Amino acid sequence: MNKVLAKKQLGPEVFQLEIEAPRIQKRWKAGQFVIIRPNSNSERIPLTLVQSDADRESITIVIQAIGNTTKETVEKEPGDFLVDVVGPLGEAASMCEGQRVVCMAGGVGVAEVLPVASAFREAGNHVTALCGARSDGLRILDAELKTSVDDLRWATDDGSFGFHGNVLQLLQSFAQPGDFGVGHVIGPIPMMKAVANATRDWGMKMYASLNPVMIDGTGMCGGCRVTVGDKVKFACVDGPEFDAHLVDFDELARRNRAYREMEQRVLADHVCRIGLGGA
Amino acid sequence: MDAKALPYKPNPKLPRQVLPVLQPEVRAKSADEVALGFAEREVSVEAQRCLQCPKPACVNACPLHIDIKRFISRLAQGDPEGAVDVISEQSPFPGVCGRVCQHELFCEDACLIGKKFGPVAIGSLERFAADHARLAKKTLTPGAFPAPTGKKVALVGSGPASLIAAFDLVRKNYRVTVFEALHKLGGVLAYGIPNFRLPREILHEEIARLQNMGVEFVTSFIVGKTASLEELFEEGFEAVFIGTGAGLPFMLGIPGENLIGVYTANEFLTRINLMEAYKADAVTPVRVGKRTIVVGGGNSAMDAARWAKRMGSETIVLFRRGRAEMRARLEEIEHAEEEGIQFHFLAAPVALYGDESGTVREIECIEMRLGEVDSSGRPSPVPIPGSEFRLEVDTVVAAIGQAPNPTLQRVTPQLITKRGKIVVNEAGETSMALVYAGGDVVRGGSTVILAMRDGRAAAEAIDKALSGGPAAAAELPAEVQG
Ligand code: FES
Repeated sequence: MNKVLAKKQLGPEVFQLEIEAPRIQKRWKAGQFVIIRPNSNSERIPLTLVQSDADRESITIVIQAIGNTTKETVEKEPGDFLVDVVGPLGEAASMCEGQRVVCMAGGVGVAEVLPVASAFREAGNHVTALCGARSDGLRILDAELKTSVDDLRWATDDGSFGFHGNVLQLLQSFAQPGDFGVGHVIGPIPMMKAVANATRDWGMKMYASLNPVMIDGTGMCGGCRVTVGDKVKFACVDGPEFDAHLVDFDELARRNRAYREMEQRVLADHVCRIGLGGA
Repeated sequence: MDAKALPYKPNPKLPRQVLPVLQPEVRAKSADEVALGFAEREVSVEAQRCLQCPKPACVNACPLHIDIKRFISRLAQGDPEGAVDVISEQSPFPGVCGRVCQHELFCEDACLIGKKFGPVAIGSLERFAADHARLAKKTLTPGAFPAPTGKKVALVGSGPASLIAAFDLVRKNYRVTVFEALHKLGGVLAYGIPNFRLPREILHEEIARLQNMGVEFVTSFIVGKTASLEELFEEGFEAVFIGTGAGLPFMLGIPGENLIGVYTANEFLTRINLMEAYKADAVTPVRVGKRTIVVGGGNSAMDAARWAKRMGSETIVLFRRGRAEMRARLEEIEHAEEEGIQFHFLAAPVALYGDESGTVREIECIEMRLGEVDSSGRPSPVPIPGSEFRLEVDTVVAAIGQAPNPTLQRVTPQLITKRGKIVVNEAGETSMALVYAGGDVVRGGSTVILAMRDGRAAAEAIDKALSGGPAAAAELPAEVQG
């Protein structure tokens, strides 16, 4: 049981939750995640760790309320409890020093890239963050990002703030191959795939933080498996970050979609899939 | 106890009682427990079959050394509660062990009358005693247990190995904390073993016995992630037992294994057993299509196949050797056969094919013949060239075994492992002082009862170390010293 200490709405369906979790606060590193269950009958969902506060012994996560479980989670108010929060899970984001680093993020990925971008900066890199939103009003964590990176640039789909277009177009609008030694991308799969493809010949290392369906988060089930190069990897223990240029994004998209569709079917009409109601 | 002094006369010639089970047609559509258990009438006959041997081989063969002779004598005298008291001297889990322990390999295998008349049905008797006590609402805590006040011991993982270690240690007044990574307790008993073999209430109630005795359980806590081993010691734990099991599934290693509809047995069973995907309103679904193929011949394969069948799928078990080489319990194989699960022996998958959506549609297999005996002691399967064939399929479950979960080992390099398994000596001591291990993390895929034996051995070693002189790192076999 972990107490919700604070809740803040960042956008129409995006919420920031501060949760009491002393042990996770003490041990987590940028790029790691937690698995939560808001209520006792909830599924287990992975969420990237965004911030922590040592004095308040808390961690912060940012949630887009799109599915049933994320909606249940953001309905929690300060003083309420999440039934389970387990972590920190996965490996920390790969770091380097003395490099020019570009961090690219879209949607809630913007929140998730924040700790990674700050860690790159603390490790002694020059960090550019390219963040995307649909429009000006939907931009999140602008102030936090500004103080955490050297160069923050926004792209909006409608051009209402910053660059008119997506983050990849933004990158291509000013950068050349060779400008950045290392990149980190997190966000919707099509965006990560596009970034990976576009930077393949840029002679840079590009990491992508993946978001497959997970259950246990400890390497036990293999449900989170992804293909990286010619290897099958378990994102929850080997990742969530992998070499973007080697990830099979199409497979990841198909696997995620399959579950999302099933979940929606289950939720929409409570299909009696098997009729085993009892026991 | 002298047989002559018994108020009844043992008679091994009485017919061995058959455990009643749900009708196959009924159970193939139900999550209810398959075995119904003995009624009192059957128990009174079965218990009298026990010879009450002066030197009972069964007790010796039981990895927990439960006083089988004495508990059966209690049953024969119509005292099931007394029988539970006897079992509880060694094990607080008669309901679990009466169901999932492989009695046929241990106590029943040792039973003296076995060869001639068939062994006493010890497992079913144990189960009866447990169920009877449960229905009679007998307080299952033997004696009154004051809160423990001794040294702190941490047990990592809440599966069978840790559970028995917790029982032994708390009885010796240690303050025991069990750390579980998942949100429910029981380890493989909870995520791996289906309800129809082990109803969840039984598991929960027997774990609750430990709670009543003062064992503390912490869920959603991954030692190695949430806290390191070193931190546990810093926080006052004086010994740690690692019973994290074999939770790293082997993959098929064939093209198409990441297609939608392809599961490891761990994922398939976890979705159903732990997340209750078999229920109509489950929020964590599982995809079970018209035809399910389960690859493998062990207990997980049987469990997965029997769930798939229950969820309405035509189910085929594909095994690369023959029926005689299957590792699963004979009882489970027979139950699966009765439930209408088909078996395709001497065949292995070579590739999986999907449709545009990335969903598995076809499996290509190759026929095998049995060749030389291999390291597992079984004839090795040899592919027959040109014998490939294809089957339509929409769900594939790979139940081909597992290795120890590496989470804790990865962050604890001081812990010597060999092929992923933590290396221990007889007492369960690892290469780190006051760190012990047992069960599947040491053995690879093994059985519940051997895990319990390991947990017991480690508990004894921990007690020795903490109550006696200073502890040193264990002497390990030379070839594994790092
Ligand atoms: S979530 Fe189960 S192995 Fe990664």
